[in-house]
Amino acid sequence: MNRHGLFGLSRPQLIAFWVMIAAIIIAPAVLYPVFLMKVMCFALFACAFNLLIGYVGLGSFGHAAFFGMGAYITAYTAKAWGWTPEIAILAGGLVGGALGLAFGWLAIRRQGIYFAMITLALAQMNYFLSTQWEFTGGEDGIQGVPRGDLFGLISMKSDMAMYWLVAFIFIAGFLLIYRIIHSPFGQVLKAIRENEPRAISLGYRTDDYKLMVFVLSAVIAGIAGGTKALVFGIATLTDVNFPMSGEVILMALLGGMGTVFGPVVGAAILIAMQNYLAPFGAWVTVTQGVIFVACVIAFRRGVVGELAARLRISL
Amino acid sequence: MMMIFGIPAPLLFGQLLLGLINGAFYALLSLGLAIIFGMLNIVNFAHGALFMLGAFAAWGLGSYLGIGYWWALLLAPLIVGAFGVVLERLFISKLYKLDHLYGLLLTFGIALILEGLVRNFYGSSGLPYAIPPELQGGTNLGFMFLPNYRGWVVIAAVIVCVITWLIIEKTSIGAKLRAATENAPLVQSFGINVPRMITLTYAAGVALAAFAGVLAAPIYSVNPNMGTNFIITVFAVVVIGGMGSILGSIVTGFGLGIVEGLTRVFYPEGSATVVFVVMVIVLLARPAGLFGRAH
Repeated sequence: MNRHGLFGLSRPQLIAFWVMIAAIIIAPAVLYPVFLMKVMCFALFACAFNLLIGYVGLGSFGHAAFFGMGAYITAYTAKAWGWTPEIAILAGGLVGGALGLAFGWLAIRRQGIYFAMITLALAQMNYFLSTQWEFTGGEDGIQGVPRGDLFGLISMKSDMAMYWLVAFIFIAGFLLIYRIIHSPFGQVLKAIRENEPRAISLGYRTDDYKLMVFVLSAVIAGIAGGTKALVFGIATLTDVNFPMSGEVILMALLGGMGTVFGPVVGAAILIAMQNYLAPFGAWVTVTQGVIFVACVIAFRRGVVGELAARLRISL
Repeated sequence: MMMIFGIPAPLLFGQLLLGLINGAFYALLSLGLAIIFGMLNIVNFAHGALFMLGAFAAWGLGSYLGIGYWWALLLAPLIVGAFGVVLERLFISKLYKLDHLYGLLLTFGIALILEGLVRNFYGSSGLPYAIPPELQGGTNLGFMFLPNYRGWVVIAAVIVCVITWLIIEKTSIGAKLRAATENAPLVQSFGINVPRMITLTYAAGVALAAFAGVLAAPIYSVNPNMGTNFIITVFAVVVIGGMGSILGSIVTGFGLGIVEGLTRVFYPEGSATVVFVVMVIVLLARPAGLFGRAH
């Protein structure tokens, strides 16, 4: 396959990538920047989740833990200690990753369906702890988080300044994930997904690989959560709670698990849906459930996966 | 007042009883999950929602048709079981050849739909469901005061768990079920209708959840989230016990309920997380679970 440039995107992927960049540049002229920033934060979160389920076959049902912990840490360090946004977000990613190391270390002891249940249970434990810890603010969460000045120089107060920071973080994270998937390391991950016993017999310590990618995914999820906390100036229990894990799963599933652009499209669709269906209350939940069922029964490749299959390309 | 380990006895036994009641629900729910997993190879995420549906069925039977608790205890599992048949035939049966994960995703979607619908029509604040007159009041056992209904919940759960275990281990239906769990094509070649057996197994598993839901209705208010709160803990219970053994899930369920109750006495802050902490310890010491077989 033809590969182009530094990140080795194939031609259709390269086109899709530039379309995405163009959309990021043009969109704020048409849509609310805050809405777009939310989409990008969740798109990055969904890409991090997809790195596990789509490329290693690890279904984590506890990703809200990393996202939410990232949000808490970024919010706390920015508000209480006055850290600048870039450091606060990095701190969110690092703590998310540390949590991911602990979760992953425990969860990879079991395979398949047990892996999903263990990550879910650990994330629930993290949720209960978050209700009790002092620094999370319990039911109130951490509110009124200042966006601060980037590098201590550039004020992030205006939505457009923040928008470019979020866009930078999203694109950097997206390319990092793409690079991981298409590196030799990523090839081993795919080998594990396809046939773990064979990967073991070839001499790969598959558990080490799984743990490493789990931590990477948790770091990126933490960064996404931290960025979201700065955009909205708030980190709450919603971010660590179970429905958040469900949402990110749905984003990846709807967009197309195991496709590079799928989670981005899935996140955009779901966030838009939440925005427009918000007045209908619990119907959002029902609609999400229906999409889940429809995707699993009839549409397992997702929007992007289906499109790619029709056009016979990989996206 | 009698003291045990510096704790007043009524407090200790009261919390133990609460723990035992939670344990009863853990046992009933994880039992259903284990039966369904054994036969269908899917983890039924909708189990919590169907538990909630059982409670709502009891409430609906009472408020719309004037049907009381005892009939609800029989009818609600039948209604939810019939609903389970529909779910299995329409959706779940489409997934048997796919990765396990899709079963989890599908049933998660079903859970969202059910909970969302109930919340739309009945709100999320919860509906009261009265304790049946025969079980109101309490009994003084000397060392503690036992509310009759709570005693009944524990006894009913133990009876149903034992009956389920007997059916699976000691009857010919159970033998066929166990055989089909091990090797479905072989059992089918003996002329046993395995697909029908799978459907009925799912129905039985969710009927157990609904039965637990009816038992829970007078204790917790009947609300759309009651299932979700339970099911995640039950998943931890299942990880701890391992899904391979019926007796294992019963014992683990009750045992963890008691552990939770004791934690509430000695270290109240830890009561919400203790089941998960136990799960972590078990994963470190015995990754396959207490009663599980490594595969």
